[in-house]
Amino acid sequence: MKTVIEASEAVALGVKLSRVKVCPMYPITPSTHIPERISDYIFDGEMDAQMIHVESEHSAASALIGAILAGSRSFTATSSNGFELMYEILPILSGMRLPAVMAVANRTVAAPINIWNDHSDSMSARDQGWIQLYVESSQECVDTIIQCYKIAEDKKVLLPTMMCLDGFSLSHVYENVDLPGQKKVDAFLPSFKIEDKLDVKNPKTFGPIGFPDTFMELKKQQQDSMSNALEVIKKANKDYAKEFGKSYGDGLIELFEMDDAEYAILALGTICGTAKAKARELRSKGKKVGVIRLRSFRPFPVESLKKATKNLKGLAVLDRHISLGAKGPVFTEINSDISETNVFGYIAGLGGRDVTLEHIESVFKDLETGKQSKEWLL
Amino acid sequence: MALKEVRFHGRGGQGAVTSSQVLAVAAFHDGKFTQAFPNFGVERTGAPVESYTRIDSVPIDVRQHVYNPDYVIVLDPSLMANIDVTKGFEKKGLIIVNSNKTPKELGLGAFNAKCIDITKIALDVIGKPFVNIAALGAFASLSGEVSLKALDKAIDERFSEKGKIAGLNKEACKVVFNKCKEVK
Amino acid sequence: MASVKRKESVGDLKKGKVELTRGAVIRKPGNTTDYHTGSWRVFRPIIDQATCIKCSTCWRVCPDAAIFVDKDGKYIINYDYCKGCLTCLKECPVKAISKELEEK
Repeated sequence: MKTVIEASEAVALGVKLSRVKVCPMYPITPSTHIPERISDYIFDGEMDAQMIHVESEHSAASALIGAILAGSRSFTATSSNGFELMYEILPILSGMRLPAVMAVANRTVAAPINIWNDHSDSMSARDQGWIQLYVESSQECVDTIIQCYKIAEDKKVLLPTMMCLDGFSLSHVYENVDLPGQKKVDAFLPSFKIEDKLDVKNPKTFGPIGFPDTFMELKKQQQDSMSNALEVIKKANKDYAKEFGKSYGDGLIELFEMDDAEYAILALGTICGTAKAKARELRSKGKKVGVIRLRSFRPFPVESLKKATKNLKGLAVLDRHISLGAKGPVFTEINSDISETNVFGYIAGLGGRDVTLEHIESVFKDLETGKQSKEWLL
Repeated sequence: MALKEVRFHGRGGQGAVTSSQVLAVAAFHDGKFTQAFPNFGVERTGAPVESYTRIDSVPIDVRQHVYNPDYVIVLDPSLMANIDVTKGFEKKGLIIVNSNKTPKELGLGAFNAKCIDITKIALDVIGKPFVNIAALGAFASLSGEVSLKALDKAIDERFSEKGKIAGLNKEACKVVFNKCKEVK
Repeated sequence: MASVKRKESVGDLKKGKVELTRGAVIRKPGNTTDYHTGSWRVFRPIIDQATCIKCSTCWRVCPDAAIFVDKDGKYIINYDYCKGCLTCLKECPVKAISKELEEK
């Protein structure tokens, strides 16, 4: 069904279509509209689920553990310092191999207090064992939530998955969305089954101590599953495209005008829309420029990126986060894995600073001249 | 059609964000691709608020704020004492101001600007100074970028649980739409 | 002395006894009882059933829950888990508990 809705509502509809049963949630700007919409659906009887009004984000994440172990497909959403309060529980969910799905409406972290968008919250959790997918549009929100469950619950993966959407820059944007039908979603996403669950008739021990003689093996299992996730994400994207006619590159990265591109910008989320608009304009003037959108940050798709960048003369990475004392995290990883290409790193759009067509043009100019004129897009 | 960008100026609580969203839904009913989003500052009643709508016949990629609007809609002219509503405005477009003064009196003589007393019409029709939806009637009438029929549909959807409110807003929209045909 | 048949534990991985499940789930739980934690006692407390008034004080104060009540209502010490702290001996109101040096 074609409609115009807010991206937050697209997320909530994705959750509803995925037949989620438990939502422990604690609202925080700019993710608030997501629990609001889900509350509406439950209150109106459109969604058969339990909303748990928890007293903090720490509890929201903790309740996910119990809900999933009890056999329920579960969801939460958060932002910024609320995300930071979940931090302790994030590696427990991944270490216990619980396929939770969370939407992060990306917002910077205080101080100074600031409600606007950058990736400081989710990027700070890059080592917590969660799959991280970054989306660009409202359409991708609804499509990706459904895919997140498909990926997270795959037996080859079994890892919690977060879908990151830019706060305000996407979460509060109304735009055209083509909603998938419930029957087709049901066929794509079978009902949730977990192999080891809480059952009084068949008790098991969850979350035991892992001594030094087993701990590394358990971590390697998680790493192997992350590697498996590369193929599973690709397959989910491909299968979804077959059923619903919507796809996002190979699922891991999305390429725009990259076939014969000499210079490219690589970024995550909504910056890519503006970069595409500028690249389209520059193409009409004969410049061979393109855009690479990194959709999967964890797992990091080294092979897809190598293939996409192998013929480039120059690549610019725009990070919406800085690892203070070092560099942008995406730049750092690209630079270590794609060493044969000349890579410039930029810090952009922190704390809601708009990333403009002008910024993008200046970056393409740097690439063309082969000289990085600045590091911060102020 | 080429991409059209609309900037709304209002005050917190006046409904500028709702205006931009209802306009986006209306444009969708006309078969267009749209995008509507707010530019929040402090979230305080009475604080200046900007929101934007983009309309195009093809999918819209760009996601920067609107800097060079084709249309500017000012819901409250008292904003103009502190804010330059003409910022980035290119003279080929149109500025619509809710005011009982003339564009010249408001210092907009150099621009293609039209003044409509939307507050008066809202008070007559709705009985309350709700101008945000009625202002879309002026936009539809003066710009031709969206149809009154599509606006009606979008208003009905927005206020679906409050039939009376939808009806009054549609009526105010229509009165403003027709009134604009008389404005020179 | 009851001996408990050993169940699987995560620690058995290296010994090749069990598959290391994802998330370290232990599918046959309760393996804490497999660890006979009382093997290093110096003193062994002994309950004199003739003197015992079944007041349950020892059962309540035992820090290792090593004292249980059998089907006849007798208080019995499970020496697999008793560490010989002798708290029971100190607290027994009728002095029904004595100690013996363990032979090792």
